[in-house]
Amino acid sequence: MTDTSASSASFVMVGERTNVTGSARFRKLIREGDYPAALAVARDQVEGGATVIDVNMDEGLLDSEAAMVTFLNLMAAEPDIARVPVMVDSSKWTVIEAGLKCLQGKGIVNSISLKEGEEAFIHHAKLVRRYGHAMVVMAFDETGQADTYQRKIDICARCYKILTEQVGVPPEDIIFDPNIFAVATGIEEHNNYGVDFIEATRWIRQNLPSAHVSGGVSNLSFSFRGNEPVREAMHTVFLCHAIAAGMDFGIVNAGQLGVYDELNPELRELCEDVVLNRRPDATERLVDAAARYAGTGAKERVVDLAWRELPVEKRLEHALVHGITDFIVEDTEEARLKAERPLHVIEGPLMAGMNVVGDLFGAGKMFLPQVVKSARVMKQAVAWLMPFMEKEKEELGITEDSSAGTILMATVKGDVHDIGKNIVGVVLACNNFKVVDLGVMVPAQKILDTAREINADIIGLSGLITPSLDEMCHVAAEMERQGFELPLMIGGATTSRIHTAVKIHPNYNRGQAVYVTDASRAVGVASSLLSDRKVVYIDDLRTEYARIAEEHARGREEKRRLTIADARANRFVPEWTGYTPPKPTFLGTKVFESHDLADLVPYIDWTPFFSTWEMRGHFPQILDDATYGEAARPLYEDAQAMLKQMVEEKWLTARAVIGFWPAYAIGDDIELYTDDGRKERLAVFHGLRQQMARGNTRANFSITDFVAPKETGLADYIGGFAVSTGFGEDAVAERFARANDDYSKILSQSLADRLAEAFAERMHALVRRQFWGYAPDEALSTDEIIAEKYRGIRPAPGYPAQPDHTEKGTLFTLLNATEAAGIQLTESYAMWPGAAVSGLYFSHPDSQYFGVGKIDADQVADYAARKSWDMKTAERWLAPILNYEPKRAAG
Amino acid sequence: MTEISPTERRLRELASKRILVIDGAMGTMIQRCKLTEADFRGERFKDWHKDLKGNNDLLSITRPDVIFDIHSQYLEAGADILETNTFSSTFVAQADYGMEELAYELNLESAKIARKAADAYTAKDPLKPRFVAGALGPTNRTASISPDVNNPGFRAITFDELRRAYAEAVRGQIDGGADIIMIETVFDTLNAKAALFATEEVFEEKGVRLPISVSGTITDLSGRTLSGQTAEAFWYSVRHAGLLSIGLNCALGAREMRAHIADLSRVSDTLICAYPNAGLPNEFGEYDESPAAMAELVGEFARSGLVNIVGGCCGTTPPHIKAIAEAVKGLPPRVPPKIAPRLRLSGLEPTVIGA
Repeated sequence: MTDTSASSASFVMVGERTNVTGSARFRKLIREGDYPAALAVARDQVEGGATVIDVNMDEGLLDSEAAMVTFLNLMAAEPDIARVPVMVDSSKWTVIEAGLKCLQGKGIVNSISLKEGEEAFIHHAKLVRRYGHAMVVMAFDETGQADTYQRKIDICARCYKILTEQVGVPPEDIIFDPNIFAVATGIEEHNNYGVDFIEATRWIRQNLPSAHVSGGVSNLSFSFRGNEPVREAMHTVFLCHAIAAGMDFGIVNAGQLGVYDELNPELRELCEDVVLNRRPDATERLVDAAARYAGTGAKERVVDLAWRELPVEKRLEHALVHGITDFIVEDTEEARLKAERPLHVIEGPLMAGMNVVGDLFGAGKMFLPQVVKSARVMKQAVAWLMPFMEKEKEELGITEDSSAGTILMATVKGDVHDIGKNIVGVVLACNNFKVVDLGVMVPAQKILDTAREINADIIGLSGLITPSLDEMCHVAAEMERQGFELPLMIGGATTSRIHTAVKIHPNYNRGQAVYVTDASRAVGVASSLLSDRKVVYIDDLRTEYARIAEEHARGREEKRRLTIADARANRFVPEWTGYTPPKPTFLGTKVFESHDLADLVPYIDWTPFFSTWEMRGHFPQILDDATYGEAARPLYEDAQAMLKQMVEEKWLTARAVIGFWPAYAIGDDIELYTDDGRKERLAVFHGLRQQMARGNTRANFSITDFVAPKETGLADYIGGFAVSTGFGEDAVAERFARANDDYSKILSQSLADRLAEAFAERMHALVRRQFWGYAPDEALSTDEIIAEKYRGIRPAPGYPAQPDHTEKGTLFTLLNATEAAGIQLTESYAMWPGAAVSGLYFSHPDSQYFGVGKIDADQVADYAARKSWDMKTAERWLAPILNYEPKRAAG
Repeated sequence: MTEISPTERRLRELASKRILVIDGAMGTMIQRCKLTEADFRGERFKDWHKDLKGNNDLLSITRPDVIFDIHSQYLEAGADILETNTFSSTFVAQADYGMEELAYELNLESAKIARKAADAYTAKDPLKPRFVAGALGPTNRTASISPDVNNPGFRAITFDELRRAYAEAVRGQIDGGADIIMIETVFDTLNAKAALFATEEVFEEKGVRLPISVSGTITDLSGRTLSGQTAEAFWYSVRHAGLLSIGLNCALGAREMRAHIADLSRVSDTLICAYPNAGLPNEFGEYDESPAAMAELVGEFARSGLVNIVGGCCGTTPPHIKAIAEAVKGLPPRVPPKIAPRLRLSGLEPTVIGA
């Protein structure tokens, strides 16, 4: 017989391990579709005693709804996980609702609030109730998040009244989250935040019977990030008082909690002074004492020059490992004077130091920004030695090459992106490879000629946009034809192991194409390719690629697609009746010659900035991350400092052009007209439609669905934009390169990229509020903008909603973008300068981002006809999304 | 806010005075009539492209006399509540016969027949009013279990598809005059939740409210539903709907069902309804527990204060119902306990916060 006694708990700790925003590891597993491993994370949590499993899939790059549904369905099939209730956690209602449709049990929705007003709140609460779940209610109303005691209790009281009186929610099914904010920030108004939360908790438990109180605890100690012992003490003290006041749920990692009675009494008192705001100098006193309690995390904050006492070899190693350039010239010189020959300094202490860096990086104990800083130290040391070595060469006639091998790198023809390639170059150089970099937009023949000329050992190709994949295949085929045998490394955002195995590798049988995941793998791959065990390595690789190709071929057959006719029949149809499309404030284009950079800074999304540096995690949590935090914080500080200079000294010029045109949807096309008479056709944008067989009620989307069809007679419009902050970027990068400072060079490039994205975001906000003007009162925070909480979308040609890059040609002609904003298109439709963004604007409230996914030959033929292409041309441009193997034309 | 409907108030009042009786098996009775393919087809479906024998629900259209007669026999035996002949009357379940289009009509006609029979008996004895429970069956697909062992994330049906199917059935039941919406033989709680969701939607759409009952099925001696929940977890999953009754039916005989009914009785603050099979099937797949034997077991439920509504499922007949009605006659009904307001959650198992 089963145990019928219910498990019980008085304080429920909700972990964040199956939360993509809280766990980098889980995010990676989900992003890579490794659901078995993701399930194991959930199982560990249940086995570890979790009362409730929190599932959150809010990540920009994910189809969060699909990920939520897939994961919950898989979890349902695992009795040892499905045992416990689920907390469906998302800031998007649609994701929550998709999740609720998968749960047979009674779980918790996290969260709903009055943020969007009473009507939306009641609507959501009613649905949560109808789906049969409890709910977390954030203390958030139309005017914002509640910070003071009074606001917290006012909002909670208001929610309680609405929920219990109007919606019929039993009060025991309500969990309030009255917001835990950071204390001890140095800002006086923040000092009482801890007390405000604790007192609001007490008030809620006394005045709102049966309701619960929850909160995210780690926010509290944000200003002590990096100092885990102090944070842990603050959390412990805080929870002790908050639980006593009635808090019964907490989002907190068990590892970040101590035992109240076991805390150091002095630290405990200092923390208590801060948390309970007991004395005006509480923050100051805790800050003063914090360093004494800091564990390893805070050691480096104090400038410790003890290492200057070490012998010179150890000083060089220290400088390399810690990326310190302050003393590098004097130390190198000292080492040179001691050494017999200048080269011995490189081969001796400098390489020894770099080997330490390489080992730490390989072991995951150092991260990319730190390695790039090490490289900067190395480069400056070598630069100091260079003249002495030249001189020696002249005097003694010695030449020698002690490098591990020569690697030729290039971004392929038609593509302009090179941050990733620069990073790989630096990492390889750090590991004693000689790197020759041909830059961007390099034609195949130039790559091959140079390879012969410099006697390269390996060629490395990089590319970011999808047409570059074809160009890489071409380079591989040319290497075969021209009789090359050296290995070909493939990398860059658009490349993949599958593409390399299936498309590039078969073109090059004389040598070997190898996919390299990221910079951290480049050294291992390059070393293996040049080592004694090269044959074994390549043999293994070929077996693996054959397996991948075979799996891929098998996988293809399983992907069922609707016919294009059926997909169209299931298109997305917004309610056009009663809808009036908003009219833009002008038609035609508008040029922005030089937009103020300072205006863009608040719109920067920092999360992708860190992923450029191969540190994947949400900002700002990443600054606090146990693994990455230590590397992320200095990188962020450096970025802030450079950004300030960039803005103040106007290193870059931001230029843009936007435009609006009258438009109708006609079938899967959008026709644009010269004026509101809508007689004279100006241009046509072509849409691609999803063909996946939908088991559920979702439509098969095309971007054209968001524009009013001609037959509705509704006068609709479409917009377009091209923005760039890349003017001046090359000069800046060049300046740093000359100073042997790759770190600053890559930093400046990654910031220019972020500013371009920020510019696109900023311009879109201006369009919504002002130029198209359909959301004049929109008031969203940066986080909300990054989370795309606004009305309307700005999809870019070449990306998931319209994967055909050539549509950019139409857009650029319409905008006259090259003349108006100085942005050019390459033959692969990459934008130059690279720090540029372009796209279309759609205003319909139901417009949304989606991915077209794989399409079948029937749609390709239809699309080719619409674009006046032959089938072969269509298949070339659409190659990455074909659901079939196109017939190969001879040659 | 969920208000209490007049029908629910009347039923609760009756249930506070005595144990109510729900009818017995419909399928068992239909089997005994030895109907032919022609009976199932009738005039209207004589050229239907699929075999129809076995589509019991269709008889409400083609042989309403047979269904009316069975209802009357159960009323004669003493049933207070009739279940409509609609176990498979959703477009999902009717797909086997290609009769998806008929789902609304099947519910409408079945409810009308039961209504007519119930009203005739109420007229005969106004002191013993009879009620019609519009039955929503489980369908033949599960929303939280994959039918494909190699693909555990796959689902043969979605919540929204079930929700549409059940909404259509509920419209038919309301239009045909049902008093209660009875979501029964619940194998998969997510199916039941879709039915509850749809029922609320249709109530809102039509501006009416009927009492709702839910009856789950503990499929075997593991003590779990097919979708893996314990009885208590099952109750927490459906409790939000403000139910007239919660209970169990089918799969088990009274003997095997008792422990789970006792669980529900302990944790639930609404009426408890139990209508087990006539024992477990014998080696020929037949249910052979006698009316007297079954009445003895069900009578014990009543004597132990576990139940408010009792009846029978597979294998039970009017004599079983008569014997059960007599066994519980005069016995005090269970008084639902007051349950402390706690956050009561569930996965496959219950979790109570702050208990």
